[in-house]
Amino acid sequence: MTAQHNTAAELPLIGDFSTAGPVLTGARIGVVTFPGTLDDRDAARAVRLAGGEAVALWHAEADGAKALSSLDAVIIPGGFSYGDYLRAGAIARFAPLMDAIIAAAGGGLPVLGICNGFQILTESHLLPGSMIKNEHLKFLCTDQVLRVENNTTAWTRDFAAGEEITVPLKNQDGQYVADEKTLDELEGEGRVAFRYVGVNPNGSRRDIAGITNAAGNVVGLMPHPEHAVEPGFGPDSPAGMRLGTDGLGVFTSVLASLAGGAGHTAGTTAGGSK
Amino acid sequence: MPTIVVDVMPKPEILDPQGKAIAGALPRLGFTGFTAVRQGRRFELTVDGEVTEEVLAQARQAAVDLLSNPVIEDVVNVAVLADPGAPGGIGQAAEAVQAAEGQGA
Repeated sequence: MTAQHNTAAELPLIGDFSTAGPVLTGARIGVVTFPGTLDDRDAARAVRLAGGEAVALWHAEADGAKALSSLDAVIIPGGFSYGDYLRAGAIARFAPLMDAIIAAAGGGLPVLGICNGFQILTESHLLPGSMIKNEHLKFLCTDQVLRVENNTTAWTRDFAAGEEITVPLKNQDGQYVADEKTLDELEGEGRVAFRYVGVNPNGSRRDIAGITNAAGNVVGLMPHPEHAVEPGFGPDSPAGMRLGTDGLGVFTSVLASLAGGAGHTAGTTAGGSK
Repeated sequence: MPTIVVDVMPKPEILDPQGKAIAGALPRLGFTGFTAVRQGRRFELTVDGEVTEEVLAQARQAAVDLLSNPVIEDVVNVAVLADPGAPGGIGQAAEAVQAAEGQGA
């Protein structure tokens, strides 16, 4: 308890079993909070455990462009923004901050949407397709195995191609749908980022759990990598109960792509252009 | 106050899990005459003042921009709701608009 005092303010009230974090990169990652957002604290914590600085972003930010200008990436976390009224993500998409995020994403800012955040990204047309109710109509909460299908995006480059990871999944409107042409394009361009392995938990077309835009900077997925970042609080793993930290790679990936500069854009040229 | 009704339905090619569940429940209650159910949404927009062509155009635009997600849903009807409490002339005019919209959808 001597050298680490600079992180004292971030220490949880209960035991922190995480191993020593990597060196701070200085990267500032914004985490958006809408009314009804649930997982903003977890996402911010995942950013810190990965070695970045988490910056809280309020949905009604008066000057969204200015707020984003000092940030290196943005995460739209899960929850039930605006109570999922109308459609999941439909109201949040018109929040003042979203216009700035849509513009910045077009300029290459890395943006990650998790669960409700993924729904907001599809409602914003930053990602194609949409989510409808789970095929079985039930809210589902389970540890889910995913395969990383594209490890060249800003949010997946720390994974091996085809690597299987286990992270929690918890949603009601998690069934990914798009027309056949869009699905064929996603497959053909390597834009399926994550796929469900073993069981398809919600009827998603072609077992799709997460997708990326053509440039590789905008990624959305239904499962929750931010809940699998700290030993003792993650999914069960072969190493032991609750020890799974497979989700951390999502957050270290964006820090690596920020540190590595053009890595994520160069990586998608093979299949990214039309 | 006049009201504009907007009806939104899931696209035919999109699976409707809620409709499917309702279709499954009907025969259990003895309603055996139905083979399928699709569940949509109805919005009622209360208009401040008269329903002009401009207000109707706004409703149609709102239906596409906000009330529906064109990826998974179709706007199947935008119509002025006939107000039973209003004087006959207005009510009849409203019904005429509704009939015209219905044909378009």
